[in-house]
Amino acid sequence: MQHAFDLKDITKHFGAVKALNGVTLHSDEGKVFALLGPNGAGKTTIVRILSTLLEPSSGSALVHGLDVVKKPKEVREIIGLAGQYAAVDEFQTGFENIYMVGLLYGLKRADARKRSHELIERLGLSKAADRQVKTYSGGMRRRLDLGASLVGQPKILFLDEPTTGLDPGSRQSIWQIVHELIDQGTSILLTTQYLEEADELADTIAVVDEGKVIAEGTSDQLKSRLGGDTIEFQLESIKDLSSAEEVVKSVAKSSPDFNQDTLVMRIPVHNGSKDLMVLVEKLNRAKLNVNALSLHRPSLDDVFLALTGNRTQSQESEQPKNKKRMKR
Amino acid sequence: MNFLGAVRDTWVMSVRNLRRYIRLPQLLFFSSVQPIMFLLLFNYVFGGALGSSVRIPGIKYIDFLLPGILVQMVMFGGVQTGIGLADDMGKGIVDRFRSLPMSRLAVVAGRTFADVVRNLTVIAIMIAVGYLIGFRFNSALAALGMVAIALLFGYALSWVFAFIGMMAKDSETAQLASFVFIFPLTFASGVFVPIQTMPSWLQVFVRNQPVTFIAEASRQLALGVNEQGAIWKTIVWVIGLLAVFVPLAMWQYKRRVS
Ligand SMILES: Nc1ncnc2c1ncn2[C@@H]1O[C@H](COP(=O)(O)OP(=O)(O)O)[C@@H](O)[C@H]1O
Ligand SMILES: [Mg+2]
Repeated sequence: MQHAFDLKDITKHFGAVKALNGVTLHSDEGKVFALLGPNGAGKTTIVRILSTLLEPSSGSALVHGLDVVKKPKEVREIIGLAGQYAAVDEFQTGFENIYMVGLLYGLKRADARKRSHELIERLGLSKAADRQVKTYSGGMRRRLDLGASLVGQPKILFLDEPTTGLDPGSRQSIWQIVHELIDQGTSILLTTQYLEEADELADTIAVVDEGKVIAEGTSDQLKSRLGGDTIEFQLESIKDLSSAEEVVKSVAKSSPDFNQDTLVMRIPVHNGSKDLMVLVEKLNRAKLNVNALSLHRPSLDDVFLALTGNRTQSQESEQPKNKKRMKR
Repeated sequence: MNFLGAVRDTWVMSVRNLRRYIRLPQLLFFSSVQPIMFLLLFNYVFGGALGSSVRIPGIKYIDFLLPGILVQMVMFGGVQTGIGLADDMGKGIVDRFRSLPMSRLAVVAGRTFADVVRNLTVIAIMIAVGYLIGFRFNSALAALGMVAIALLFGYALSWVFAFIGMMAKDSETAQLASFVFIFPLTFASGVFVPIQTMPSWLQVFVRNQPVTFIAEASRQLALGVNEQGAIWKTIVWVIGLLAVFVPLAMWQYKRRVS
């Protein structure tokens, strides 16, 4: 089987900044590959090299067997790119944006029109199709951008942080579209800062940090290295400790952790949402009152803690939002 | 990239850029209200004082002014080329264009072609307003010649400003950089007043800078003056500017990482 993309020993330097330090990765056709990493890890640089926007400093990069440096024109004919920031014109309507890109892919007018209408419909933008994009929400722009990247019917799609900064509803609708593409057999390379997203969409995940791949495998393989989900709650009184310990025993994967000062108990579990429901029922039956009951899924931070022993460096504005989202 | 494909892509990009002119109110203002304002202000505010110094018998100030002010307007229009490209370069949209199997020339060529269409509209508006306040062409052929000169010069300038716009780090810088040399070139020229009225040290500059003789060529065509020196000089300048700035702009477009 042909590789959807193939990176061998790729390095990229911007002056003194070493954005990529020897990246070797490949993915099979029809599969979804996720690059997971914090801000500045080098994800966008990899996507830009594969989509012919940047030439690597050294190493080779192939897309469907075509060298991106030697055959950029051929590569551009088979790829679709939805960059990190929605690349759409504010002053054009949603339809005009997609139609324009269709024409630039070389489609005939009638075909471009037909495909654009189909995509608009499929992306749930029919009502807004004839409105200028400046009236669109962030989620709508992202969907439109995705539409533009699909109008040329690419063999491989690059999605650079497709849901960063979106509300949960918009995220869900992007995921749904990506699922449809997966079902159609499109090869996809996506980048993300959310473990949850890579878990939801990807066949294979590569964790990147400081321009290097530090782990690669399926989502299950990665998660087994992480310890999985935890449930957290706070006791009302230290007197409840022994009965609480008794209650959580049945769901705990390993021994729970208890903080004497904050009265917060953390319980590692196998299956977060199911175990949470079981636990709630048991707490009720034992007539134990607890505060701030919550489920924690491993975040990117936890991945890094597990892989490198370091927390990530990405303390940008989106981080707090991200954290909150991880709690369920 | 085959030639027809490049033409098609350029057309697609031109349509896109024309939409921007029509839909962004500030751009529509710069292309329609501003030129009319300039024409009326200069004609009525300065016209009274300056008219008497235009000592070509039988020529009204508006006949002197209009052909020159057209040249100024295509220069101001060129600044918008630079600003528009600087704006695009700073946004994700250029990444999209670069990732498409389209002609590389089309992004810039579509921009400069849209500006020809825009300039044509501006020129038509100004001539119409000019006619209302007394401007008259010498002949229909003269009219065509004058419009052609202004359009050609405007087109060549669009490539100059395209290059400047893509060198600048953002659209504000592009605007500043453009106006820094556009103001002296348009005002220290023969556009508004006859050169003889200026101090002699200034005349040396004014006589030798292109805007002066391009305005002169435009005026000669409009008035039907039978003398072609300025017209030939203009054509040489247009060709020269294109020969230098088309490759420079393309080089900068390919080079610049957004
Ligand atoms: N054009 C550029 N010039 C200089 N440094 C850059 C450029 N693009 C990216 N970098 C640097 O390369 C590193 C990787 O960036 P990037 O690939 O954008 O990371 P990510 O997408 O994972 O957040 C960062 O340190 C970034 O600052
Ligand atoms: Mg990035």
